[in-house]
Amino acid sequence: MGFDQYHEPPEELSAETRTFARLCASLTEEAEAIGWYEQRLAVETDEDAKAIMRDAQGEEFKHFAMDLEFLLRRSPRWRQIAAGVLFQGGDIVEHGEAAEAGSGDDDGGAVAVTAGDGSLGIGSLRGAER
Amino acid sequence: MNHLLRELAPISDAGWKLLDDEARERLLGPLAARRLVDFRGPLGWEHSATNLGRARAVAAPDGGGVTALQRQVLPLVELRADFAISRAELADNDRGAFDADLEPLDAAAKQIAVSENVAAFHGWGKAGIAGVSETSPYKAQKLGKSVDGYPRSVARAVEAIREGGVEGPYGLALGPDQFTQVIETAEHGGYPLFDHLAKILDGGPIAWAPGVKGAVVISLRGGDFIFESGQDLAIGYSHHDADAVHLYLEESFSFVVATPEAAAPLNP
Repeated sequence: MGFDQYHEPPEELSAETRTFARLCASLTEEAEAIGWYEQRLAVETDEDAKAIMRDAQGEEFKHFAMDLEFLLRRSPRWRQIAAGVLFQGGDIVEHGEAAEAGSGDDDGGAVAVTAGDGSLGIGSLRGAER
Repeated sequence: MNHLLRELAPISDAGWKLLDDEARERLLGPLAARRLVDFRGPLGWEHSATNLGRARAVAAPDGGGVTALQRQVLPLVELRADFAISRAELADNDRGAFDADLEPLDAAAKQIAVSENVAAFHGWGKAGIAGVSETSPYKAQKLGKSVDGYPRSVARAVEAIREGGVEGPYGLALGPDQFTQVIETAEHGGYPLFDHLAKILDGGPIAWAPGVKGAVVISLRGGDFIFESGQDLAIGYSHHDADAVHLYLEESFSFVVATPEAAAPLNP
């Protein structure tokens, strides 16, 4: 069995980081599955088969959304940027640039860094260094 | 803008970053319960109650013909610690000062962290929260006055939980005085007491836990203790005057013990 979701030695990673990496891998797999079903639906002519695949793709939409929400809850900066991009009308790239600029970074940029709900984004500290 | 009203405060982006970073740094150390129990959420400020999955019989509205049950929930509590920051200090920070006086924020962070720990480990009767220690079915043992006895006491607590059918790994919440003694102590032969205790716990964490009296050994297998967060810890804005901005640290949460046998308290 491979452990390809880890880019660094797993034994050097905290439990929190390993969980984060697993959900990132799961998010990728769900996005791939959505794309595969999209292609199959594009070429399938049997309506019964298409109905089943539409249902299956709906499952993948749900899985992708749950994975994403979990990851956003664990990553305040990601959440803040996502909040500036997702479910907005208008120019996606402009929203993305503005959200990134407004999110601050780790090098001391003078911008408040809070989670999308305005919280400090502390959450669970299981596995965190003291 | 949400209920925290942060956008109404006369605080620059740099000022908010200063305050949020300081609060986060001051809270990460003492929030011991979050290192040892399951954290669910945050589920949002609008989330008001935890589903307990239970129901109680109530009389039917017309006196007969049907049976009626009412669902049981645990309402979330809101914790708030007020503090005020000098506007002059915030202005100096905007000028590039390195030494802003944030003592009021530090004190508020400590207070709300202690309150969270006390609620989780020792309970909060008026809020309907039963704590880890008070629900444990095991007779509380003495941790011992001398740190030399800590390994034996912790090992007995671990054994009690294991005999209760709850596997590890296990974690240890230590009150501040006990924690300080542990990290200062090397046993005979120079082996750090901290490392010895970690071995007894199957490698589980040892948490500095302000507000905890004595110590609590707790299983980390999951599903036994649930901290449910509505609004996670955040800084909100109350009001300001010419001299100070009045702010607060706030959170909403509930705490549920699902398996009392999964923890054993050790009295100081």
